[in-house]
Amino acid sequence: MSSEKEPLFSAKNLKLITTPLGAQNPITIQVLGICSALAVTAKLEPAIVMGISVTFVTVFSNLVISLLRNTIPSRIRIIVQLVVVAALVIIVDQVLKAFAYEVSKQLSVFVGLIITNCIIMGRLEAFALGNKPWPSVLDGVGNGAGYGLILIIVAFFRELFGSGTLTLPGLGTLQIVPESWYIANGGFYSNNGFMILPPMALIVVGIYIWVQRSRNKDLIES
Amino acid sequence: MDRQGNTYTFLYASVMVIVVAALLAFVSESLKDQQNKNVEVAKKIDILKSVNIASSASDAEALYEKHIGANAFVVNLKGDKVDGDAFTVDMAKELKKGADRAYPMYICKLDDGTSKYIIPVRGKGLWGPIWGYVSLNEDKNTVFGATFGHKGETPGLGAEIEKEPFQTPFVGKQIFDESGNFTSIKVVKAGLSKGDIHAVDGISGGTITSQGVRAMLEDCLKGYENYLKN
Repeated sequence: MSSEKEPLFSAKNLKLITTPLGAQNPITIQVLGICSALAVTAKLEPAIVMGISVTFVTVFSNLVISLLRNTIPSRIRIIVQLVVVAALVIIVDQVLKAFAYEVSKQLSVFVGLIITNCIIMGRLEAFALGNKPWPSVLDGVGNGAGYGLILIIVAFFRELFGSGTLTLPGLGTLQIVPESWYIANGGFYSNNGFMILPPMALIVVGIYIWVQRSRNKDLIES
Repeated sequence: MDRQGNTYTFLYASVMVIVVAALLAFVSESLKDQQNKNVEVAKKIDILKSVNIASSASDAEALYEKHIGANAFVVNLKGDKVDGDAFTVDMAKELKKGADRAYPMYICKLDDGTSKYIIPVRGKGLWGPIWGYVSLNEDKNTVFGATFGHKGETPGLGAEIEKEPFQTPFVGKQIFDESGNFTSIKVVKAGLSKGDIHAVDGISGGTITSQGVRAMLEDCLKGYENYLKN
């Protein structure tokens, strides 16, 4: 450990957390992990839990692989990464089944499918294999949070306009659109059922990418 | 040791697999009790839902104890009570057994003093198993409530069986006709059930799941015929 003089949260290290939230966002810029982003964003609560689960896996798989990086035989490195990721995902799945049963039922197969989430393998190959443990942990936090951020934004709009509610962990389902607005109660409003269907997640992500690129000209390809 | 050699690679892989297997076995064992309890509570919530008692993970056990408690037993095809615990009967296994199947039965006492007969049902949807609970009034004929669940039916189509618009019409339907013959409750093409006391509307676009519900009800309710007529 030669560079221990470098402070833990130096500007360079902080950048590892902040760039994946914006200019290097795994979903909107690198377009990784789209599949689960479409599937779990119909309600806010599963999206939040999914974001936390993926962050847990990116952080600890990055840490473990980074600690082992000098011992891993290069011929089986992908297998080693897969075993580490799969073990972490199974732990997350088991913990959710024990302590957040309702949410784990809603997430169903998508927790297991974190294993195949491109973000995780991508970060292991691109970052953890060649960097020290601490920057790898920060990279994991950044990319997990960048993924979770998009999930939460998409789920917020989909649930608000699709169901008129917001479901938060610990608070249950909150009715946001007043009941008296609904046509059934003599009002003028009706939920947009299209928002709950998967294609709408893609469109919301598309709108986010559009807004993000028009605000940050560096992201526009020539 | 040569880090790219075969010996090292094999050793590395073996040690890694053993360590990971031990870790996962430990996690799975230590969380098992809590997980089984969650499954039990979820089942109790479902059973209570069929008699229109809304419960959550925190109060399901107390409500189950209050309304059903020990009033759960197993009957056989002849309608006699047999040994066994209704709650732990594995419906998936029983369905394959044929005539010597165990038929679980729950009797629920509501706050207004009436008793409801709750019958668990299980069958096949389009993509996987579907299940549910049907509760009957004291006449052992008229449906008081029904709730259904599924493993992986198509959202928006077959998956609608777990929603109220599909389940509510079951209330008030009858499973025996006037002369006491078993008719079950048919799930018919949407719009055709009007005025039929033995049928409800199916889901447009979810025909195979709807038919699965029909087959499930016929198959599972029929076994209770002798018990219900006694």
